[in-house]
Amino acid sequence: MARYLIGRLAGILAVLAVMSFVIYGLMGLMPGDPIDLMIQANPQLTPADGARLKALQGLDLPVWERYANWLRAAVSGDFGYSRNYHKPVFEILAPRLGNTLILLGVSIGLAILLSIPLGVWAAMHPHSRRDHAVNMFCFAGISIPPFWFAILLILVFAVGFDLVPASGVASIAGGGFFDRLHHLVLPVTALTLASLAGHTRYMRASMIETLRLDFMRTAYAKGVSPTRAIWGHGLRNAMLPLVTVIALDFGALFSGALITEQVFAYQGMGRTIYDAIMNNDFNLAMVALMLATIVVLIGNFLADLFYVVLDPRISYRDVGAI
Amino acid sequence: MRAIIGHYHPARLVWQRFLGHRLAAISALFLICLASLVLAAPLIELAFGLDQARVDIFNNFAAPSVQHWLGTDEIGRDVLLRLLAGGRVSLLVGLVAAFAGSIIGTSIGLLAGYYGGRTDTMLMRLTDSVIALPLLPLLIILAAVDLTKLPLPAGLAQSDAVSLYRVILVIALFGWTTVARLVRAGALTVRARDYVTAAAALGVRPRAIMVRHILPNIISPVIVATTLSIGAIILLESVLSFLALGIQPPMTSWGNMLTNAQDLLSTNIFLAVYPGLMIFVTVIAFNFLGDGLQDALDPRAIRR
Repeated sequence: MARYLIGRLAGILAVLAVMSFVIYGLMGLMPGDPIDLMIQANPQLTPADGARLKALQGLDLPVWERYANWLRAAVSGDFGYSRNYHKPVFEILAPRLGNTLILLGVSIGLAILLSIPLGVWAAMHPHSRRDHAVNMFCFAGISIPPFWFAILLILVFAVGFDLVPASGVASIAGGGFFDRLHHLVLPVTALTLASLAGHTRYMRASMIETLRLDFMRTAYAKGVSPTRAIWGHGLRNAMLPLVTVIALDFGALFSGALITEQVFAYQGMGRTIYDAIMNNDFNLAMVALMLATIVVLIGNFLADLFYVVLDPRISYRDVGAI
Repeated sequence: MRAIIGHYHPARLVWQRFLGHRLAAISALFLICLASLVLAAPLIELAFGLDQARVDIFNNFAAPSVQHWLGTDEIGRDVLLRLLAGGRVSLLVGLVAAFAGSIIGTSIGLLAGYYGGRTDTMLMRLTDSVIALPLLPLLIILAAVDLTKLPLPAGLAQSDAVSLYRVILVIALFGWTTVARLVRAGALTVRARDYVTAAAALGVRPRAIMVRHILPNIISPVIVATTLSIGAIILLESVLSFLALGIQPPMTSWGNMLTNAQDLLSTNIFLAVYPGLMIFVTVIAFNFLGDGLQDALDPRAIRR
């Protein structure tokens, strides 16, 4: 167990190291060098001043040396200032990371809680009318453009019926728990749909296969009631593929969160990353992207651990490490 | 005798099973019609003297009429013609990126599955890492990279179509993982078969074994996965273009027609609805098609 955890941790650190270097390199290729922007904004600065400033800041060094400098500072806890907010990066990111984790957590929870009964319900009578209805819902859910679905939700429930707020995290006047909950309704609905559809398909397929296995027949034969056989005996086995999908889905879920946050003007990590990249806020974008990667990798890791808990036949050594 | 054999030819059975999947057959028909329409659009424009890019600012937000079947947009361009032009781009991106990603995935999967051992471990770790990454933020960075800072031919970095090449390249770069896993799993089982051993014993080179002896036997799931990925890629392209990071104006795609959709909700709802509906219908058609192909190509699949 300890060896497995250390291996996994090392894998995660390796991915993070590679990612941070790649992202750092790509950032240097984005338009709008901060010094160039300064020169454009101030006619009294000459290109020679620019070159001197760059040398002063170490911006004329090759990319790996600049990366090494950034990494050295980062390891000592200095992630730099945001160019646009004039604040240390973490001061901006901490509340937004919280907002995103709330959005992601509620959506994952809802998607799992709804997809299991829906998938099992469809699997109990394959190719029946209800199964086809669930199937159609799933196809629609994975095929609808997520941002367009979000816009339709705004159109119907915020503009049309005026039931829920169309954007933001909370009212400007500041709100309590229920105000925040009210603001979560549409973003959570939008984010849940895509994973719900995908998870339900896996749950259904996996349950149909499980119901055909010998131990299910044994359970029926010894007189276990159908309800108990399905929910008590079948579900635990049928859950395994779903857990794999959830583990693999964290990256996609974060992408979905970015879109959702963008459409609903929800102050989370996804929106921050988008804005930071669009506005050349390199320090902020860099750290926000690394945090997003960490969240996704930890999500993967937790799902893998759960996998082992769920199925004692699988040992830690079987679950691949990244 | 020949007639009977012909009747049970595998290709014919596949075709019959495919037609038995009604939704897939309808989807295939729809996609063929759509592809013909978007390809014919430039000819129609030429024949009737229309232009999807023509701006007519005094005739913006026009209601549907004989001249403009679906009305005009915020700067007076014909919505139907723009939908067709956008469809051409979205379908092109979907098909080319899916095909390119599928080739990358097949190569990686074949190498991993055939050679096994350390090669396999390394390539599969790579695949797992790519799957685990938060894809969209990465794509946003790649889409924001300033191409003039790269050593590219000057004409290319500044041309209108560069956003098209960039989207295809960026999506293909990350879209190969599913195919790689499928091909690896298939190659692992097939490489142990006697005819592969025989081929190796006869001195056939590894590349020929992989391409000629292993690949044809595991191509079915690749076809299905590629078809399904076309839909996913069209979705991804629309997301990137919606975020103003994919296909750039003046080029039209269904995604970038929706970039201003939220502002348009208060002025003209239909401008926010049509492109999204086209994406939705096209993607669901590709998904039905993939589902039907799966049933048709895999005889053991559950009959519906």
